[in-house]
Amino acid sequence: MQRIGVFVCWCGTNIAATVDIDTVVEAMKYEPGVVHASDYQYMCSEAGQSKIKQAIKEHNLTGIVVCACSPRMHETTFRKAAKAAGLNQYMVEIANIREHCAWIHKDRKEATEKAVVLARTAVAKLNLNTPLTPGESSVVKRALVIGGGIAGIQSALDIAEAGYEVDIVEKQPTIGGKMAQLDKTFPTLDCAACILTPKMVDAASHENINLYTYSEVDSVGGFVGNFNVKIRKKARSVKADICSGCGICTEKCPSRKAENEFNLGLNKRGAIYIPFAQAIPNVPVIDRDQCIKFKTGKCGLCAKVCPADAIDFSQQDEIVEKQYGAVVLATGFNPIKLDNFDEFGYSQSKDVITSLELERIMNAAGPTGGKLLRPSDNGHPHTMVFVQCVGSRDTTGCGKTYCSKICCMYTAKHAMLIREKYPDVDVHVFYIDVRTPGKNFDEFYRRAAEDYGVNYIKGMVGKVAPTNGKLLVQGSDLIADRQLVIEADMVVLATAIEPDQTAKSLATMLTASIDTNNFFTEAHPKLRPVESPTAGVFLSGVCQGPKDIPETVAQASAAAVKVIGLLSKDKLMCNPCVANSNELLCNGCSNCQHVCPYGAIDYVEKEFRAGGKTSLRRVAQVNEAICQGCGACTVVCPSGAMDLKGFTNQQIMAEVDAICR
Amino acid sequence: MQNADREINKEKISVAEMAKQILEQGRADRLMGWKRGEFFYDNSPAVFENLSELDDFVYDLFCGSNLSKFLVKESRKDGKIAVLLKPCDRYSFNQLVKEHRIIKDNVLPVEIDCDGMLDIDKIRALGIKGIKKITVDGDQLQIDTVYGPKTCAREDVLLMKCLTCKDRVGGDRFELVKEIEAMSSVERYEFWRSELSKCIRCNACRNVCPACTCEKCVFDNDKSGIANKANTDSFEESLYHMIRAFHVAGRCTDCGECTRVCPQNIPLHLINRKIIKDLNEFYGEYQAGEDDFSKGPLTRFDLDDVEPDIVMERGGNK
Repeated sequence: MQRIGVFVCWCGTNIAATVDIDTVVEAMKYEPGVVHASDYQYMCSEAGQSKIKQAIKEHNLTGIVVCACSPRMHETTFRKAAKAAGLNQYMVEIANIREHCAWIHKDRKEATEKAVVLARTAVAKLNLNTPLTPGESSVVKRALVIGGGIAGIQSALDIAEAGYEVDIVEKQPTIGGKMAQLDKTFPTLDCAACILTPKMVDAASHENINLYTYSEVDSVGGFVGNFNVKIRKKARSVKADICSGCGICTEKCPSRKAENEFNLGLNKRGAIYIPFAQAIPNVPVIDRDQCIKFKTGKCGLCAKVCPADAIDFSQQDEIVEKQYGAVVLATGFNPIKLDNFDEFGYSQSKDVITSLELERIMNAAGPTGGKLLRPSDNGHPHTMVFVQCVGSRDTTGCGKTYCSKICCMYTAKHAMLIREKYPDVDVHVFYIDVRTPGKNFDEFYRRAAEDYGVNYIKGMVGKVAPTNGKLLVQGSDLIADRQLVIEADMVVLATAIEPDQTAKSLATMLTASIDTNNFFTEAHPKLRPVESPTAGVFLSGVCQGPKDIPETVAQASAAAVKVIGLLSKDKLMCNPCVANSNELLCNGCSNCQHVCPYGAIDYVEKEFRAGGKTSLRRVAQVNEAICQGCGACTVVCPSGAMDLKGFTNQQIMAEVDAICR
Repeated sequence: MQNADREINKEKISVAEMAKQILEQGRADRLMGWKRGEFFYDNSPAVFENLSELDDFVYDLFCGSNLSKFLVKESRKDGKIAVLLKPCDRYSFNQLVKEHRIIKDNVLPVEIDCDGMLDIDKIRALGIKGIKKITVDGDQLQIDTVYGPKTCAREDVLLMKCLTCKDRVGGDRFELVKEIEAMSSVERYEFWRSELSKCIRCNACRNVCPACTCEKCVFDNDKSGIANKANTDSFEESLYHMIRAFHVAGRCTDCGECTRVCPQNIPLHLINRKIIKDLNEFYGEYQAGEDDFSKGPLTRFDLDDVEPDIVMERGGNK
């Protein structure tokens, strides 16, 4: 029989205001196994902890239940306190009577009743607890960064600077990401390429950084400290080690039908191409869907003109298998598709463009050489309309419910740059709200509106109708309370951003969580913002939520610090709450093996002796170093042979019984 | 249906002749089939070890029982055993091979034809008593009784599982499930309460179920704490059947043996069919035992698997 102590925390008024502490303490005194129950204002404080330690010694306790906040907050605190008093730290159970009870109930009687139930549930479980000892596992001192945009580059540079090896996997032929496509950056208006390309060069030349461009993560196995990752290096059809990057092949390629993705389809590129001048690596790639050689077998002009003989039409995808101690997700974003927003005429007129397309038009290396030209006729526009919140803050279900955060600022930037360069162009901006929290952000916006004469109109655009080569923009001005029709030459849509589509499959591979919008979820929104709930997986940049460049870089460095902290350890404590198989009950059916996300279960043929007979049976065995204690195997096991230490089937049943009592 | 390394009756000889040939030619050391019972309608599964034992061999209209489950033990014995598998039994066989319960190398599966097996209780329910002999006459049955000859439609007296035979097209096996789904939660509870309270806990359903082959059943394992959950109140048997349905979920081939053997005539297969129907709707059509290698819907994860909010989409807890 256990000797259990129950400690009920007030959490100041957080719990005590809604839950009658005395009732809980009194009720616990009569629970089976309980020999001591007390309360304190702040159990997590030094004084609270010493009360626990004292009671453990005084009452010779074998286990403790702390009724307090979520175990995510203070489970470690109380485990340490129990350990200091000589208890096994897994003889500690937390009853969460704050988040699960006090905070969500208003009625004191109801909340108190529930707190009693939660407490006795923890007692029922603790009665069946057994001391557990964590094992140790090693740490592979290498990090993987998935995504080679500014977030991934910054994380990689910081990790590499600390002396650890880093691999960047980027699915595009070059690193640089979205920032490479931008023209100027707010609020300082420095050129994006000028500040990004030095970092790209740093990353490429760093002795600790290894780039896998035009590559994707195929599969991830293992766990924190020991991830086993298969990287697919897609066939470039160009031998990267021989190619000098002279670019003759890209000039001579006769196929000119492919849309230039880097310029968002505003112009064409060859079938063999380098995305942009400062691309890293400066090695072309053959788009096999477009290449005449691949389509018809004839051509091969690039191979003929290549002075280095680097073209290799027979190149195959290559799979590289590597181990990593930590993974940083930096998969970034894309503007949403505008199919649901046909009222803005994006599909009907070339002169309705997205903001990212405008970045390319404004960029000196873009399709127009940096001249502001109407895409339909290359004419000079005289009136431009910007529409903000296209697909953002949308509750109709057509777009995204969240604020994309960066659009107010880049629209102000676009408007300002256009007014600066082409003072003859009238610029109107339709907005719902202008949101400018950030250092020097509001000053920047006011400069656009006040000094540069950008016409900000509070209201939304209802329709953009292409008429006689012009765009009739119908919108409402909510402040003047009137309907407006503006005859515009170009309309720019501040399109909402969404996580890159690879986020979902990566989340599955890494068992990292994503929210309903496919943004990766952080372990704690305030206190652990760069860690994923999965140990060893960290978040960098927009893949975690919309943010601008300074925020992205700050988060990238924060994620890097977390990675460095992890890689600097030689050993990690393993979670002792792992599965184990009762071989006498095991049927050998393989169901557990099928559902194990970590590949921790193997089957062996084993001899069993019963009733004087020896029989050979197929039974499951768990590799405790790989098992992460998710419990999927215990659920699928028909005979109940699989059980999870610390969360045994019996313990869970005892909890349910305690709730239903 | 997968046909690799299986015996198929190409010459269309009688099943009894096939059985004889297998033992005669030494293609297997033993043969699993059906043995004549005390009455002509109570044939039972049997293992035949030599030709003389085959005198009792029978394959007729009353060989409904599924032989697959016996192979869990039989395939672990020395030597090779041949087993006669009706179309419906093959699914159970495959499923058990998939779960490594049957040691495939020790078994010679022999596929045999079946036109549907008869339910003696259904014939008696038509008021036909003193039955001496039954012969098939097209879609009619000629029944020789002590009260003179009688006839009835064959379709009317087939076993429940034969009505929705996987090898016959037509008929919606989920028809009754849909009716139960359409009930309110109170009506549904009452329906199952009235059915399941008939249960006498004879365990026949579990003992016959080809998906119930655990080394030690949770209901026989005191330590599992599950047995006493099924014995806590007057309505105890409902939990027994629900726990069993969940234990075989995704693995049940819908062979219908549970309902065939139930002495209280509880339509137990409907619980399994409800789960099969849900699995089909959630994860796409799946027939357990269709092959002996694929992962079932509950032991597989695909990116487009339903999210838990499907419960809300389907109207939540009506």
